[in-house]
Amino acid sequence: MPATAPIRILPATPIAAGPALISLGASAVDARLGGGLIGCALHEIFAEDQDDAGAATGFAAMLALRVAAADKTIVVVRESGDLCRFGSLYAPGLSYIGIDPGSLLLVTAASSIGVLRAAADVIRSGSIAAAIIAPSGRAAALDLTASRRLALSAARHGVLALILRNAAHPAPSAAQTRWQVRSAPSRPLAANAPGLPAFAISLLRHRGGVAGFQAQVEWDCEQRRFRDAPLSGAVPALAGNRSEAA
Amino acid sequence: MRRYLALCLPWLATDRRQRDHPGDARPMAAIVKRNAALVLAAVDRRAADLGIRSGLTLADARAQLPELAVFDLDRAGDQALLASLADACERYTPMVALDAHGDGLILDITGCDMAHAGGEAGLCDDLCRRLARLGLTANIALAGTPDAASALGRYPAAGDDVLALPVAALDVEAESLSALRWAGLKRIGDVAPLPRPALAARFGAAMTARLARLLGEQDVRIVPRRQPPAIAVESRLADPILHSAAALQVIAGLSNRVMADLAVQGLGGRRFELALFRTDHHVARLAVDTALPLRNAKAIVRLFVERIDSLADPLDPGFGYDLIRIAVPVAVPLAALQLPLEGGAVAAETGIAALIDQLSTRMGRNSITRAMPGDSHIPEQAAFDLPAIETPPPMVWPVPESGEPPLRPLYLFDPPQRVEVLAEVPDGPPRRFKWRAQIHEVLRHEGPERIAAEWWRRRDGQGLTRDYYRVEDARGRRYWLFRHGLYGREKAHPNWYLHGLFA
Repeated sequence: MPATAPIRILPATPIAAGPALISLGASAVDARLGGGLIGCALHEIFAEDQDDAGAATGFAAMLALRVAAADKTIVVVRESGDLCRFGSLYAPGLSYIGIDPGSLLLVTAASSIGVLRAAADVIRSGSIAAAIIAPSGRAAALDLTASRRLALSAARHGVLALILRNAAHPAPSAAQTRWQVRSAPSRPLAANAPGLPAFAISLLRHRGGVAGFQAQVEWDCEQRRFRDAPLSGAVPALAGNRSEAA
Repeated sequence: MRRYLALCLPWLATDRRQRDHPGDARPMAAIVKRNAALVLAAVDRRAADLGIRSGLTLADARAQLPELAVFDLDRAGDQALLASLADACERYTPMVALDAHGDGLILDITGCDMAHAGGEAGLCDDLCRRLARLGLTANIALAGTPDAASALGRYPAAGDDVLALPVAALDVEAESLSALRWAGLKRIGDVAPLPRPALAARFGAAMTARLARLLGEQDVRIVPRRQPPAIAVESRLADPILHSAAALQVIAGLSNRVMADLAVQGLGGRRFELALFRTDHHVARLAVDTALPLRNAKAIVRLFVERIDSLADPLDPGFGYDLIRIAVPVAVPLAALQLPLEGGAVAAETGIAALIDQLSTRMGRNSITRAMPGDSHIPEQAAFDLPAIETPPPMVWPVPESGEPPLRPLYLFDPPQRVEVLAEVPDGPPRRFKWRAQIHEVLRHEGPERIAAEWWRRRDGQGLTRDYYRVEDARGRRYWLFRHGLYGREKAHPNWYLHGLFA
């Protein structure tokens, strides 16, 4: 290349306004995330154990609720095989954690391919607030390509896409963040009654951020926000019991 | 003046047999077993010409005609063929009914002959040609009442003169028939001038009513097999279409016309039916439902494409489709859409509706559901999943009291899952339970929340009371357990069940 060739100056790309962040409400977690989760993206939520399905589902529903405005729809795409394993989603229970069951659409597909196809259509429709996508078991169909496709679609249509895995081990994917959730002992109410939903969450992966932190949060059903769970004096687990369970 | 066309297939059973097993030139008959004897149920034209009548026993028929070929009557198959012919005849008119005699069809073709070159005669020619291609012999008759048309079809010797029909066309029982014949009344023309009260007194009112219908003195209508749709548009194709891409183009054009019709009447469709008429008698029918009334041609075409893609066995055009029709059986008023000044809200609602339509069309209406509150305090009956495509009634969900933890679980097992429970006292809270081969120590509990059985719905007024406990185990998992039956009062050893998982 001759030395006299003019140097082409690339036009400066305008810096797009940063994507909307969803604050969880728990200050410690929000601080670690730099303000919150990216709203129009794909996030993965794994149950630590099959027995934590309730906790993982609750956490996903609560995240969706953080982004959903009052009349926006949340869509849950499930696989029919999960219905006998974990039961069906129970509308009165959902309304207790703050979701209006009338604004929730349930899609049941026969296979994990069906779940992904339905999820792609749901996200593409663009008129919903959040989609919770729950393929059953290991779901080999949900590979890097499939998750990348969902992530791009979620970003383009401005939808929060949450992949909920109640019975699977974390695997590589194109998700923005990956969470592992298990139930945590709640702060007891009077007469030693179980209190508000409490979770031990750990951030396994954070694209463009710092991963690897753990926190305990509890869900405030009334304010519809997470709170940092104060460490209760209760012993979280009995060691002997845990080995027996494992 | 209405016009009815009767299509009578006197040789239906044997024509079908001949079509499926060609090459047998012997006279043939279909037989059924009646009272331990084999009886001829249907004969073909050659056997009829040789004097064999249905109703003869097989032994008598064989004695007259040793070379008679017989086969078992397949009444269901004959009726299925007749039904598919009735479907195919909807290309001429939406008003198609099965003849009460079970061997023909009646079509109300009033005003429908305009669509055919040559009017009524052209329509009959077209029908004859199509039936001949199927290998079926038919008598076609036209008359002003369905009864007259049907009688003329079954007694073709009378031509188109009702008065020349034999009295057998009155469908009276054999005794009355022979009485009429003894009196020298052989034709309808002989009976028609007689005073009706005397006829009614001798032969019953049913006979005079039938006579009046035959003579066209009474205007009766047929009940069509399918309710005629409010709006239907169709496209007749000179060249049958063999490719689905070309069919889709026709469907798109038809959708535009349907939408124009709907717009003129201020309606929106909730259900759209596509009928693809093949050149033979096969008709493929596809229907799509919509959650909101729809008047958008593109959306309808998209739904039909979705529906065609989701078919288990794909469309088979065979020798081509020569008539494609879109009908709107369910249409409701739909005002023109107006965007709100602040914008957006209409788009979101219709976006959700379009999503529901699309997924319901592809995956089935029961795969996409919305929860409806049930009016019951029994937990598994407090909510139902109903197809989201049905218009939801306004819903009121109980609002939880503030400051309460969730008292109902996120996941509910239906049926509840049996667990083994260790409790300190038989009617006390659970101490430890075993579910799916794992032991859970209960650290916290709340309860019991006592839910009585719906004794007022049961005949015996009984039913077991449930005592629900919200429990949390040592690892922080929260479960909903219940004891089925009050200890000592309702049951000696009540069972425990796990009913749900909390968040």
